[in-house]
Amino acid sequence: MTTEAPVVLDVRGLRAYLYTRWGVVRAVDGVSFTLREGETLGLVGESGCGKTMTGLSIVRLLPEPAGRIVDGQVLLEGDDLVAKSEAEMRRVRGRRVSMILQDPQTSLNPVFTIGDQIMEALRLHHSSGERSLAGRAEAALRQVKVAAPAERLRAYPHQLSGGMKQRVVGAIAVAGEPRVLIADEPTTALDVTIQLQYLALLKEIQARTRLAMLFITHDFGIVARMCDRVAVMYAGRIVESGPMRALFRAPRHPYTEALMASVPRMEGVVTRLPSIEGQPPPLHDVPAGCRFAERCAYVDDRCRREYPPTIPVGPAHEAACWRVEPSPPSR
Amino acid sequence: MLESRAIAAEPLIRAENLAKHFPVTRGLFVSRTTGHVKAVDGVSFTIGRQETLGLVGESGCGKTTTSRLLLRLEEPTAGRVLLDGQDVHALRGAELSRYHTRVQAVFQDPWSSLNPRLRVRDTIAEALVVNRRVTRAGRLERVEEVLHQVGLPLSAAARYPHEFSGGQRQRIALASALAAKPELIVLDEPVSALDVSIRAQIMNLLKDLQAQQELSFLLVAHNLATVRYIAHRTAVMYLGRIVEHADTESLYRRPLHPYTKALFAAALPADPDAPRDDMILTGEVPSPIDPPSGCHFHPRCPFAMEQCSRVAPELKAVAPEHVVSCHLY
Amino acid sequence: MARVEERIDAGFAASTAADASAAPRPRGDLARLPWVSLAIIAVLVLVALTAPLIAPHSPTEQSLPDKLRPPAWEAGGSTRHLLGTDVLGRDVLSRLIYGARVSLIVAAVALLAGGGIGLAVGIVSGYLGGRVDSFLMRVVDATLTFPTILIALLLAVSLGQGLQTIAIAITVLIWARFARVVRGEVLAVKARDFVALARVHGCSHLRIMAVHIVPNVLNTFMVLLTLHIGFVIIVEASLSFLGAGIPPPTPSWGQMVADGRSHIASAWWLSVVPGGAIMLVVLAFNLFGDWLRDWLDPRLRQV
Repeated sequence: MTTEAPVVLDVRGLRAYLYTRWGVVRAVDGVSFTLREGETLGLVGESGCGKTMTGLSIVRLLPEPAGRIVDGQVLLEGDDLVAKSEAEMRRVRGRRVSMILQDPQTSLNPVFTIGDQIMEALRLHHSSGERSLAGRAEAALRQVKVAAPAERLRAYPHQLSGGMKQRVVGAIAVAGEPRVLIADEPTTALDVTIQLQYLALLKEIQARTRLAMLFITHDFGIVARMCDRVAVMYAGRIVESGPMRALFRAPRHPYTEALMASVPRMEGVVTRLPSIEGQPPPLHDVPAGCRFAERCAYVDDRCRREYPPTIPVGPAHEAACWRVEPSPPSR
Repeated sequence: MLESRAIAAEPLIRAENLAKHFPVTRGLFVSRTTGHVKAVDGVSFTIGRQETLGLVGESGCGKTTTSRLLLRLEEPTAGRVLLDGQDVHALRGAELSRYHTRVQAVFQDPWSSLNPRLRVRDTIAEALVVNRRVTRAGRLERVEEVLHQVGLPLSAAARYPHEFSGGQRQRIALASALAAKPELIVLDEPVSALDVSIRAQIMNLLKDLQAQQELSFLLVAHNLATVRYIAHRTAVMYLGRIVEHADTESLYRRPLHPYTKALFAAALPADPDAPRDDMILTGEVPSPIDPPSGCHFHPRCPFAMEQCSRVAPELKAVAPEHVVSCHLY
Repeated sequence: MARVEERIDAGFAASTAADASAAPRPRGDLARLPWVSLAIIAVLVLVALTAPLIAPHSPTEQSLPDKLRPPAWEAGGSTRHLLGTDVLGRDVLSRLIYGARVSLIVAAVALLAGGGIGLAVGIVSGYLGGRVDSFLMRVVDATLTFPTILIALLLAVSLGQGLQTIAIAITVLIWARFARVVRGEVLAVKARDFVALARVHGCSHLRIMAVHIVPNVLNTFMVLLTLHIGFVIIVEASLSFLGAGIPPPTPSWGQMVADGRSHIASAWWLSVVPGGAIMLVVLAFNLFGDWLRDWLDPRLRQV
């Protein structure tokens, strides 16, 4: 079981702020989670919650000069990435931690062939000679199930479909055999039938290489299919985290509960879809208390005054809420 | 959820064998036509009064082009669109003006649907002003009326689009569609660019509006759960053709066409214990320039038979209110 | 129903409060103004407007005994002619001041005419597309391939020297540049959904161009205008330098630079002073144009 697997990524109290002329945007404001080998953690939330910034912070690719990690540690197999220099990070990116982004159109360089781009990745991460590179690039394409890989090597990105581009992006991402893969909404821009293929591919790669995946998404359907554990983010913080099934069966944080209730289901017809009124607080002007207080159905005075602590609510399951019943954590 | 009133009356909109072929040209000084993108290739459907027709499919299936044909943003290569029996593309002058007050639209991208230089009230009132439906005094009154209908405060009228969030902008877009009291609103992916919790707000609003007014919707979407929530009938499109068309309950309970089944399987349920139907299709969505012969779906179809590559299947009624175009039936 | 509406209103009120602070005016905007450029431009405009009031002498008054006096801070200079005199004894400072007028007027007329034509062509071409677009863009291409100065010289020779000629020459030269850039912007605006929705509302093409396209390309157009002022001033100066510009005795900065050419070694101030003025003014407008573009850009795309 994955609970026995070693921890490969340990994020502790990560804070990343953006210094803009509107003020300090607290994009990531105290985020902690762990990721084990072979496990997939889903980072879920709506736009502006900080999930993409969290992913970028881990690989130290925050937009400069505005973005800065102000606190916390990102321990990759014990090594703190926050403390590393840029030169050291260059050796980490792609080789130990890799990232797949949302838009396949802009992830590949349009003026180079697919083969060139894969070989570049291979060249960076492995020292063996040039001649075997083409062969290994072809093998990489085959591993991501691209048909006719030898010909595809000579193709340019614009000649490929969206789904195929994402596969190439995936091949490049795992070329360095990383321990952690951060996938930021990799299927949002793909058609649903292609998405299904792609998710199956990611699962297969993960099974083969035992890599740990941080899957950033807003789609609960994907979470149910792909993730072992889930962390729900709201206004820069994690409000609930736990095993995937526990979250679906019994979400404990009011935001998680409301969010899940507002997703229309394929099965069953409802006459009214519950929605969450209002909007998240602006990240440069966060309230002192719980950030979901203004929109919460269970809110009381303490919620508005003080930010709630993270309370264990089940086995390996916690929520940051004043109104939940704590239960003894049985690990 | 099918209301039988729609069956009895003459449908509001009728699309007959609609086709739209875009020429593909080559050449520097003299362009030659080397082929055609058959974006829409023989599509027929009706929409009744106070009814919602859902049009689902993936990219390249032609649903957006179909909606644009209804809105007169494209001219059909073949076929007709009839509004109360009148050919929409043959309208001129005062009748055309009247058409614009009867058929309106809301598009996908809230960040691009509103002119950033116009105040909200001017965008909302445009259809009224252009078609001379209202006096100066009446204009503001109507603007306030629709703002109220979509749940925005009256203070929104004097503001500019950039002051609003995505969900609010879609409400404004909806208000500007409602202003002229249309009978049909074409909704092209109205909620896909919005956050999950905001989608529910807008969907509820659409449902309420349809119940309160004599409104029909053509809902173009790729998210099946969204369509199920408000569509009375649903048509599934693939590469320019309708492959299955039924009342929504029927379709969702018993999808017949293999592509529909694949679509449903790919609509991941937000439930880890839901029964899995891993019908993972092989291959890519083919290009509409050179669609496969016979049934367009045959290269990816797990049930393909020999005749599927030769003969294109006809749309056949398999049950009342349920037609499918597949050789399996 | 009422309860739902109340909740929506409450929700909106809450979010508007959030919004008001979410999209505040950017702080520190005043500090970022291009003060130096603005100051130079302001001085230029002021000088041009008040020329008769502030020029110490008449720009055309000759005084041969005073000819070729150096500027006041050099040996042999006097405070009566702060920047010296030219070969005919005319006060350089006064000529510089009146020359500012010429530069500004020519620039204004040419930009308005050329810019106006370019804007109109760009909009029609970009919006209508098809054969109109192809034809107009070929005309633009042809215009852009004309050798600039040659055309101006030809015009000057055939129409005679004068303000009108220069204005026409420069207009002919710059309209095409505006047309091309504006057309690009129009294509981008045309692709946005609100243009399609305007057609769905029933707007005529004319209304769409006027209400939806033009206001959304104005920002780019304004930036283009400011960035071309420098160019126009230099063209005028060049034409005058080549003898095809404003005829003497009306002072023009280009003419002054030309006149001082033969005395460069001995009376450097004759060319350097007006040359320096040209450089300063063009730089100021370019910097201002850059700032304007940056300032307008993120605001346009503000989400």
